[in-house]
Amino acid sequence: MVTLTLDRLSARYGRRQILADISTPPLHGGQVVALLGPNAAGKSTLFRRILGLLEGEGEVRITGTRSERPIAYMPQDNGATAVLTVYEAVLLARMQGRRLKVADADLGEVDKALAELGIDTLAGRDIGNLSGGQRQLVGAAQALVQSPDILLLDEPTSALDLHRQISLLSILHRLAQERNMLIAALHDLGHALRFADQALVIESGRLVDCGPCEQVVTPQMLRHTFQVEARIEPCSQGRPQLIVEAAI
Amino acid sequence: MAAAPSRAAAFAPAAADDANLYRRLVLRRQLILAALALALFASLCVDLALGPARFGLDQVIAALFTPGSVEDSLRVILWQIRMPVALMALVVGASLSIAGAQMQTILSNPLASPFTLGISAGASFGAALALAFGVTLVPALVDYAIPLNAFIMAMLTALAIHFLSMRRGVTIETIVLLGIAMVFIFNSLMALIQFFASQQAVSAVVFWTMGSLTKATWPKLGIAFAVLAVVVPLLARHGWALTAMRLGDAKAESLGVKPRALRLEVLIMVSLLAAIAVSFVGTIGFVGLVGPHIARLLLGEDQRFFLPGSALCGALMLSVGSVLSKVIIPGTIIPIGIITSLVGIPFFLFLILNHKKNAW
Repeated sequence: MVTLTLDRLSARYGRRQILADISTPPLHGGQVVALLGPNAAGKSTLFRRILGLLEGEGEVRITGTRSERPIAYMPQDNGATAVLTVYEAVLLARMQGRRLKVADADLGEVDKALAELGIDTLAGRDIGNLSGGQRQLVGAAQALVQSPDILLLDEPTSALDLHRQISLLSILHRLAQERNMLIAALHDLGHALRFADQALVIESGRLVDCGPCEQVVTPQMLRHTFQVEARIEPCSQGRPQLIVEAAI
Repeated sequence: MAAAPSRAAAFAPAAADDANLYRRLVLRRQLILAALALALFASLCVDLALGPARFGLDQVIAALFTPGSVEDSLRVILWQIRMPVALMALVVGASLSIAGAQMQTILSNPLASPFTLGISAGASFGAALALAFGVTLVPALVDYAIPLNAFIMAMLTALAIHFLSMRRGVTIETIVLLGIAMVFIFNSLMALIQFFASQQAVSAVVFWTMGSLTKATWPKLGIAFAVLAVVVPLLARHGWALTAMRLGDAKAESLGVKPRALRLEVLIMVSLLAAIAVSFVGTIGFVGLVGPHIARLLLGEDQRFFLPGSALCGALMLSVGSVLSKVIIPGTIIPIGIITSLVGIPFFLFLILNHKKNAW
């Protein structure tokens, strides 16, 4: 099973230190990790650092994978002017770094990714004609189709309506378990409580807490890091629910 | 027709149609490419048949496939005089169109082309230096003084753009603006040359900037073709990465592409392609701009189809242009640059005003 460990990771843009000394215990596959923190805390930067797109001290250790590119990353934006169909855009993500020739197995993976996310009916549409939410689902399919062991998602639900937010997160949660995949995602606190197993909290480029979600997301943390007065109560189905009273 | 068995069906029966729909799309694109190639061959034959002495298409085809069976005069005219010109149209058209296609791709700008980035203007300036004042940048090769001057200035322009674009904070939008600045710089330098040059030299410069295929010879054709033959496989090798560039830098990066490095490498390759083409035949505008747009409309932007499609569309445009340049006024060959501009500009306006979904 894949394991991701961050060891004293740092990153800087020019002289500005963005991340400092971020260390985590081994994060195992099969679960969803929420990356939490206020705006400009360095969450996206941490993803870019893990991917190796940024230089810095420290080490990203990945064990238990046989893939050459074990990490797939879904950034927030997805080209809206390209003249490509949804199917082509997803195939493209699959074929990166491979030969020009497309095998049947690759088409199979594209079909699978589209079907998993419920966008197989969009396959023939031009990505330029999609809504923001549909494009976000295509982005998720582009990440999934790479058959990653670790999936990093940068606000995967920001453009989706509530129904699709819940269904995408449920799908991802299920896939993490089915494929022993480690999914790390930036998303809002409410969803984190409901869908994430673990949570990392980042504030001003430093890791302030790390552990099981229900232990990390507490009224104290919310007051301290997010500067809101909030409580957490079980909903009618017993799931933890975030109720925000006021900003401090 | 029975659907081909696919692995997809095993785990996602509902989506198996998608793979088949995609296979059909691929087939349609292959057919479009084949049709373009066929049209290109037809245009080439017509181009060869036209000239001061008119030949029938049957004679042309006979001379092409069984040169031994036709009269000497026909064979000489066709193979020694018309063939280099007709083939040069194909090679130059393909080169300019590929250059434009990749510039549009890596700069994410539908207006990028060798023409709008100042590479053609740089070439014109180099040629004008030789034509007006006899300045040769490479003195050893007098026969090739004009194309060499043009080539050197075109490459210097491209390198200047590369160099400036390496500076911190220069975005891809800035690169296009840099190109436009280059066009203005060279236009004013050209005006300066024309002001000081003799009457005769001015008309030579003007004629060169109109673009003409008639200067083509077998050796020049060989050089232009060799560059094309080297650059195209190098571009094809980056096929998936180049297509990914159209999704934006962040997305491309997330897929493992290194956008800055790829952009520089491709800019150098296509500048070479455009500089060679322009230096042999003069300024031929709009092929590099319109060719890729037609290919995009027909084939989309997957480079496996877009790259050959752009080459074929550019070659076809210039070959048809060559035919038109001979038939519009019988007995006169109108400079091909004028034809491509006259045909290209309305098409260009159509592209801008008709904002269809596939037209960028």
